[in-house]
Amino acid sequence: MFLKSRKLQYSLAINEALDQMMSADKFLILLGQGVRSPWYVGNTTQGLFKKFGSRRVIDTPVSENAITGVAVGAAIAGIRSIVVHPRMDFMLYAADPIINQAANWHYMFGGASSVPMVIWAIINRGREQAAQHSQALQAIFTHIPGLKVVAPSNPYDAKGLFISAIKEDNPVLYLDNRWLYEIEGDVPEEIYAVPIGKGKTIRKGKDVTIAASSYMVWEAKKAVNELVKEGINPELIDLRSLKPLDSELLFLSVKKTGRLVVVDEGWQTCGVAAEISALVGENIFASLQAPIRRITLPDSPAPASSALEGVYYPKAKDICEAVRKILKI
Amino acid sequence: MKYSKLFLKQLYRTMLRIRLCEESLVEPIIKGEMKGPVHLYTGEEAIATGVCAALSRKDYVFGTHRSHGHYLAKGGTLQKLIAEIYGKETGCSKGRGGSMHIIDPEKGMLGAAPIVAGTISLAVGAALASKIKGEQRVSVSFFGDGATGEGVLYESLNFAALKKLPVIFACENNLYSTHLPIRECRPGKHIFGIGIPFGIMSFQVDGNDVLKVYETTKKAVEICKKNRGPVFIEFMTYRLRGHVGADDNVQGTHTDIRPKEEIARWRKKDPIMKFERFLLKKKIFKKEELERIKKKLKDELQDAHIFAKNSPYPNPEELKKYVFKK
Repeated sequence: MFLKSRKLQYSLAINEALDQMMSADKFLILLGQGVRSPWYVGNTTQGLFKKFGSRRVIDTPVSENAITGVAVGAAIAGIRSIVVHPRMDFMLYAADPIINQAANWHYMFGGASSVPMVIWAIINRGREQAAQHSQALQAIFTHIPGLKVVAPSNPYDAKGLFISAIKEDNPVLYLDNRWLYEIEGDVPEEIYAVPIGKGKTIRKGKDVTIAASSYMVWEAKKAVNELVKEGINPELIDLRSLKPLDSELLFLSVKKTGRLVVVDEGWQTCGVAAEISALVGENIFASLQAPIRRITLPDSPAPASSALEGVYYPKAKDICEAVRKILKI
Repeated sequence: MKYSKLFLKQLYRTMLRIRLCEESLVEPIIKGEMKGPVHLYTGEEAIATGVCAALSRKDYVFGTHRSHGHYLAKGGTLQKLIAEIYGKETGCSKGRGGSMHIIDPEKGMLGAAPIVAGTISLAVGAALASKIKGEQRVSVSFFGDGATGEGVLYESLNFAALKKLPVIFACENNLYSTHLPIRECRPGKHIFGIGIPFGIMSFQVDGNDVLKVYETTKKAVEICKKNRGPVFIEFMTYRLRGHVGADDNVQGTHTDIRPKEEIARWRKKDPIMKFERFLLKKKIFKKEELERIKKKLKDELQDAHIFAKNSPYPNPEELKKYVFKK
């Protein structure tokens, strides 16, 4: 189907999506803090400033609210825009243009106008960065009607979902994670789309469904490898999109396995994992043979000290323990 | 006289259309036929009228919670506006937005929203889009004096100035941030001074003088088109009714705490009366001519109300229809 694939880093897969889409659409703009600097965005934007110039690759002052609003306004006026927030924590300054304006815009004008934009938020966890440099705030935005939220885990999806997000006529929150940037995988050279709202079964199994997204897919993969050694046969789903959620894929899997462990990189209370658990409980309760388990961050701000970080971020072993517990092993 | 009779007639008609529209909403609001928050533009008509007269159809306008005037002056229709305020499917936002969310993209009215200062950066973004596309469109951001309390205004001034964007920051200073006098909200009397540290050309004009509003905006548009934007204009004006509703006093809630003498003083500076006096004094129009215009507008408004009342409400089955563009 694809002409040619080769190994590419996750961050360079994003870079290729941006490069190819900016070449294809001469009005597509990228703006935000640090789009010229690897300090902020790794190598995701390398070469873009030189190739597309300062009119379309706009490095901005530290004004998240106005800059995001500018991206919204540009999209309303007919040019697609991508605004990057190199640390999602700072994006809270832009809650108004994202939530009040972009997400509501199409609805509150009865379809007379729309906001084709990508809000690209980077999660930067660990490394003793503490509470304001490492937050995974996807639950806040997944909660909002009118926003779509994607969280790719691998280079193939990183490129394909970015392309879909750019082509989408609604605002899309594209969420990635610095911990993923060096992961390599097969990426087709041409422009291709990974559909928003479609998950993917990474491993078929029958004992338990593990559903994860973004970086946590990799912890879940490690967990699966351990569990298989113990004779357990888990099914692993990469959700890829948090909204719309591929509930069809999820329900089919849970109906088969009867058990669910949801893994999310956000907090527990009112989080994405809570929403997924509720959906399964409401719709296919009778299929469940055991209580649903959530693997999330504890309800605590991120600590600085690595001694505390060690217990703060959930890992493969936490997923394994949850699986063993509901399988009563 | 440097203006044609036709042009002056258009200004008069637009101001009066806005005034009569706003006043025609008073009764339906009091009767509860219009249920949502409605912020009347009565007293400020010269600003929307003068600004939009200086714009072309392709230029952009973004509004606020008090934007009926902006919408009508930019060419929006009475029928769709009034139907929207009644929550009808035939409204400009199909009854999903109400009075505070009005739009007419074909006329360049790109949307109004009530988050104070929330649409300022959007107008800057639309100006950026115009510049990138090389379309020579000017983008106007209407906001009130209360918006000077919001940080995003200063971020927007900075970015627009930095990128020399064709945007006009149109501050309608009606002296009150909802109920609080603006002098109690910020130090310094003159709002237009806030553009100066950013190197933005800034003006203050009598917002109740439609010709002065027009002339200043015309100048601002030319500055923007010469790539020397943005421009900041402070229009001095006054609300002749309360912050929200028909009139806080008329509704019996007595929440309009402005001094009565102050209101009376500003009534004498009513922009429409002022313009009428000018047109008659200069013998450009006869009283009967102006009466004829008024009569025609009243008929138009009556038709719009009938249209709106007879229009269907949105179908409850279509509650979620516009959450996403399909």
